[in-house]
Amino acid sequence: MHVEVTPLPGIGTRQDFLTKTGRRIGVITHRDGHFELIASKSDDPDACVASIPLSTEEAGALASLLGAPQLVAQLRAEQNELAGVTTKQLPLSPGSPFDGRPMGDTELRSRTGASIVAVVRAGTVHPSPKPDYILGGGDLLVVVGTGPGLKAAADILDKG
Amino acid sequence: MHHTALALIELGAVFFGLGLLGRLAWKIGVSPIPLYLIGGVAFGKGGIIPLTGIEEFTGIAAEIGVVLLLLLLGLEYSANELVTGLKRSWVAGVVDLVLNATPGVAAALILGWGPIGALAMGGVTYISSSGIVAKVLGDLGRLGNRETPVVLSILVFEDLAMAVYLPVLTALLAGVSFWGGLSTVGIALFAVSVVLIIAIKFGRYVSTLVDSPDPEVFLLRVLGLALLVAGLASQLQVSAAVGAFLLGIAISGSTAENATKLLEPLRDLFAAVFFVVFGLNTDPRDVPPVLGVAVALVIVTTATKMLTGWFAAGQQGIARLGRLRTGAALVARGEFSIVIAGLAVASGAVDSQLAPLATAYVLLMAVFGPVAARVVEPLARKAVALRTRTA
Repeated sequence: MHVEVTPLPGIGTRQDFLTKTGRRIGVITHRDGHFELIASKSDDPDACVASIPLSTEEAGALASLLGAPQLVAQLRAEQNELAGVTTKQLPLSPGSPFDGRPMGDTELRSRTGASIVAVVRAGTVHPSPKPDYILGGGDLLVVVGTGPGLKAAADILDKG
Repeated sequence: MHHTALALIELGAVFFGLGLLGRLAWKIGVSPIPLYLIGGVAFGKGGIIPLTGIEEFTGIAAEIGVVLLLLLLGLEYSANELVTGLKRSWVAGVVDLVLNATPGVAAALILGWGPIGALAMGGVTYISSSGIVAKVLGDLGRLGNRETPVVLSILVFEDLAMAVYLPVLTALLAGVSFWGGLSTVGIALFAVSVVLIIAIKFGRYVSTLVDSPDPEVFLLRVLGLALLVAGLASQLQVSAAVGAFLLGIAISGSTAENATKLLEPLRDLFAAVFFVVFGLNTDPRDVPPVLGVAVALVIVTTATKMLTGWFAAGQQGIARLGRLRTGAALVARGEFSIVIAGLAVASGAVDSQLAPLATAYVLLMAVFGPVAARVVEPLARKAVALRTRTA
């Protein structure tokens, strides 16, 4: 994937790439830290059909929507050799009993055999979080385990 | 009425009036600059209600306005951006300079204003308003367009050209003889180069000099330093504005961002005063005689900016619609044309008709520029549709 980085003097930087379908898609990072999501018009690749201003949090949310599936897919592909083990992303809903508590409190591994291999928060991946890692509502937990183990893990994360 | 009381009432009325005009401007989607100019014309000599007794304040405030305009312009760029921008766009920049300064120079020569008047008018028609252009591109959601970097790099080139042009102009306006003028210009250009090198190599030290976590201290330092540098620059015949611009370039990184945030409201206030003062010094009765020339210049220099954009975007392999958008985005002239005209008029070395001509020209261009940027694409699409229908 070739991402083009173009400086916009006095404004910020534009980073975009060409999709297979011939559309440019990318992000303008403004100096003051806010982002703009851009997508080119289908009939005029030089122009933009939309440029949507995003705050840092919004950009993070969008990135995790797009980023977590990719991570999960990658892990899945790596575990194809291991029969019976899969990877799933489990959302930690705001208001979950573990919202704001360290990861160790979930005791997921001892209770279900499944383990949290990464936490995706605001578009950034935190690999192999330690037991003292404080979970937050809206985090996506990337969990590896057997089918039943993952089911149990999802229940625990929701209900405690 | 007591003198102070009267001055306060007049100033208050002016600011409040500007506030109303500014609100109106954003409502109808144009830059407030032309409205401020009109406001100034209305209160000046031969206007509706001539104001008296605040000239001393408004004179200094207008000077500060110019300093802040250029300081914030410099703050927008880092030295490295300038260098890469120059490398990438100097051909388009030169084309822009030749195409758009020529109409102004020609008009001044035809009107018999001599070489210095021609130099000033060339500057007036040459420089696009980076403020208006950046705002229009943002408003129209074109920041992500492929032609936008082309537009911005041309603006960078123009701003740098200003840094060279203003000292030359100030030296010549000061009426130094040809040889004396050459040495002044030499000193000025040397100073500009030195500052640019310092900015590129040691910008962070300048930033540390003004930076402070406390906004109050920070504001005083930045403003103090800007006025000091501006004053020294004008003593060296380099022009206060250029001094401020170079200081702005030397300040970089987060310091520059914070300074911009702090100074923006101040700039808006003092720059508004500057436009009003320029309008105040323009007698509305002088405008009709030069209106024909102004309209002719508007037509010609709209065409020349369109050509500039067409050429510059074409160099970067952008398609026809994008090339048209590039040209149209550059059409707006504004604050810097008035800065140049203000310098020229204040020196008294140019024909007195230059002020009304520049006022009329900028009024038309500041209003027409954003409109052109907005309508160019729909018009072009219509034209294409018509052509395919008739074919």
